[in-house]
Amino acid sequence: MSFKKGEGSTAPRNRFSRRGFLGGVGLGGGALGAGLLETEAAAQSTGKLAGPGPGPVTLNINGKPVNLTIEPRVTLLDAMRNYLGITGAKRVCDRGTCGACTVLIDGKSVYSCTVLAIDAQGRDIQTIEGLAPGNGMHPVSAAFVNNDAQQCGYCTAGFVMAVKGFLGEHPNPTMEDVKHGLGGNLCRCGTYMGVRQAALEVAAATRMKGGKNG
Amino acid sequence: MADTPDYSWPPMEKRKLIGTSPKRLDGPQKASGRAKYTSDLKPQGMLFAAYMGSPYAHARVTAIDAGAAEKTPGVKGVHIMAPAGTELQWQGMEVVAVAAVTEEVANDAIRKVKVEYEVLPHLVKEDDLEKAGARAKASGEQVVGDPDKAFQDAEAVHEGQYGIPVITHCCLEPHGQVVQWQGDHVSIWPSSQYISGAAGQLAPNLKVPIANISAHMDYVGGGFGSKFNVGKWAEACAYLSQKAGGAPVKLFLDRAMEQMIAGNRPSAYGKIKIAGKKDGTVTAWQSLTWGTGGFATSGSPPLPYVVDRIPNKRLNYSWVSVNAGPAQAWRAPNNQQACYLTCSALEDFAAKIGMDPMDVFDKAFSYAPDARQETYRYQLRKAAELADWKKLWHPRGQSGAGPVKRGLGVAYSAWGGAGHNSQCRTTIHVDGSVEVDLGTQDLGTGTRTIITQVAAESLGLPMNAIKLNIGDSALPNSGASGGSSTVGGVSSSTRKAALNALAKLYEAVAPSLGAQSDGLEAVGGSIRVKDNPAKSLTWTAACKKIGGAGKISEIGENNQRTPGGLNTQGAAGVQMADVSVDTETGLVRVNRYVAVQDCGLVINPALAQSQVYGAVIMGLSTALVEERVMDAQTGRMLNADMEFYKLAGINDIGDIVVHLDIRPENDKRGVIGLGEPPAIAICAAVGNAVANAIGVRVPNLPVTADRVLAALERGNA
Repeated sequence: MSFKKGEGSTAPRNRFSRRGFLGGVGLGGGALGAGLLETEAAAQSTGKLAGPGPGPVTLNINGKPVNLTIEPRVTLLDAMRNYLGITGAKRVCDRGTCGACTVLIDGKSVYSCTVLAIDAQGRDIQTIEGLAPGNGMHPVSAAFVNNDAQQCGYCTAGFVMAVKGFLGEHPNPTMEDVKHGLGGNLCRCGTYMGVRQAALEVAAATRMKGGKNG
Repeated sequence: MADTPDYSWPPMEKRKLIGTSPKRLDGPQKASGRAKYTSDLKPQGMLFAAYMGSPYAHARVTAIDAGAAEKTPGVKGVHIMAPAGTELQWQGMEVVAVAAVTEEVANDAIRKVKVEYEVLPHLVKEDDLEKAGARAKASGEQVVGDPDKAFQDAEAVHEGQYGIPVITHCCLEPHGQVVQWQGDHVSIWPSSQYISGAAGQLAPNLKVPIANISAHMDYVGGGFGSKFNVGKWAEACAYLSQKAGGAPVKLFLDRAMEQMIAGNRPSAYGKIKIAGKKDGTVTAWQSLTWGTGGFATSGSPPLPYVVDRIPNKRLNYSWVSVNAGPAQAWRAPNNQQACYLTCSALEDFAAKIGMDPMDVFDKAFSYAPDARQETYRYQLRKAAELADWKKLWHPRGQSGAGPVKRGLGVAYSAWGGAGHNSQCRTTIHVDGSVEVDLGTQDLGTGTRTIITQVAAESLGLPMNAIKLNIGDSALPNSGASGGSSTVGGVSSSTRKAALNALAKLYEAVAPSLGAQSDGLEAVGGSIRVKDNPAKSLTWTAACKKIGGAGKISEIGENNQRTPGGLNTQGAAGVQMADVSVDTETGLVRVNRYVAVQDCGLVINPALAQSQVYGAVIMGLSTALVEERVMDAQTGRMLNADMEFYKLAGINDIGDIVVHLDIRPENDKRGVIGLGEPPAIAICAAVGNAVANAIGVRVPNLPVTADRVLAALERGNA
């Protein structure tokens, strides 16, 4: 029922994504986390052996380099949530379906559960925490508040990032564009009516200012 | 001492904040990603737990060896929940949990636990009652009037079969918690619909006094009825913490487990027969229905729904025990099922006698409770107006020659929604600052916002003068957020606490104003003499008069048995679906959906509207795509994920029109909960619209393309 934009164009450089890996070995849960397979796959694609134990990784998040020591199997999402305390992106489906973990990588929206942290090195990762400093509100976040585009709020941070990514590529969307372009994020409380309005409101405000959003 | 204050709501025309729509107070925290949910927490030294459930639908544990897991470097605790001899009754049922320094180590360690099972026979599907055999338990026949004679004498009889499947809650934040058991004190951070209840639920299992357990939660990522109890997983988490020397432990279910064991809505299947006259009057009802809520008993749908004074009835219900995860309350328990079975059968009866279902429903409302009949009829007309029913409705199956057929469907709902037991404490400090304390939770329904509106209105202050504290077991108790009981409960207790505190402030201030304390009022940030408004003190100046302990702290309480006119129960609703169905591909598209909702006194119309939007969107998702799929052979859930357990997306819901029935006569009834009532009718309204469009009934939900095509094929054969 949904598609995600920009996924192809932001494929990890070494062509080794968690999703691809899962596809390759089938969905049997047992293989996931069995270090050997991952190590082999990583070695084939990069020529370098990573893991299975923890190693140094540097991520460029919200304009700042952060160093951490993690196993190569750790996703970007888990690296942020479990190791860095960056928790705006949520782990919901953990399989690239629901969009609650959406971040921008090099300006395009990506499910951070489908990207390994080691593959996100050297890329420009933007999370919701990077949208507005301190207690400030980014225009997209403000539009979500203004249109009551949230209830429990667990999908909201991912949706905000998806709207930002979507408007970056489609600055003048119609309602139909919004309905199609935001199909990659799921909400259980049913806040879609507000999300549609929020996306259109940000686009209209950006047009009036004659600038790019965010 | 003055008399008890008059707690009644201010008249509509005098309200400053109640009835207005300030933005939700926690909106900025959520929309900026700063809101910390329990699953976001990582207190110092926290360990990650991994969890293993039964791989089989029915099995006995014959041996379990966690030695290798325990010896894994980084593992700090192993807790066996299913020792040898335990019989496991569903896939995913608790076996063992492990805590370790990282999630990766915990996941590796859990796989090292060696469990041997004796696999036992299972039943996981209940759609065919005959195949259920001894697993089906009949609850005994009920007969009213003389149904046999009524069916014999009937001018028209309709017989149909309908089914509404098990669906899962699929909360986006899974079930889980962080627990720290240090010495004789247990701290729990749950993901819960009932923060005041968490300690009491955990205490007997851990054999720790309630007084030694504290619970705290700021945000919860969805519950919908499935998060009332912290249960077994919290207990496991506590034991892991104890074994790990008191380190906090986080245990959240992964998505597969969440789908399998964390809650679902019972199914309902049924053969229904309706007798009636050609003028649309229903004279008899007969139903043989069954369903499952998992291994243990669950409730049965109340049939016939709302119109239960049909004079002649025969009712049979069987509950089927299956080896699958247990049901939890699902946003108006049993009502969606009852509504679907009843409204589908009524629509089919109308089609059989060639009548507009609106007319048949209108007549059927004579069998609804007396007090509601006119409300339903009013709502039926209002919904028809908004859905353009008169213009767009056509007799069943007469939707033109093209492959895409358009149809309309109608259904109705009923719910209670009275306020739960709730205590609120309002504290006015000598510097004028105000604290409002309730042990409640905001599920995303806007509870924080409406409490603040009520407190501010009652004290004559702006909303930003109120500091609200919720989500902690140290605060005065409030009930679980379920049954649409929160808004009535917390608004009433907040109103009373505020006015009780204000009465004390009047006493402190009265001498300075040369007036009696009952001659004062709080308006626009001042305390003034009612019949001489020129005599007044600013709020801050008035609070300086507080003597003694330097603060006024008063409790207000809502008792659900004696709400005193502040809240009440009984919410009716009528909804209409407008769909298009492609008869070549079977795809169903929602064009428009109209919800007319009875709602009593509405504190925040924008938030109330969001509740109705949300209920309708969730309902559309269940009508169109949601279904738990079990494999009869292996006993496993085939779609324990979010790829194949579908949720409707932003482009799947059409346009939604909400009409809140805010009228003075409804306002007088007091506050009524709104979380559940608008979630009831969607499956039935969509199913009826599809039948109206394509000319044949798609008996079982969801109305997926394959079912539509199969129904068309049967219908055309």
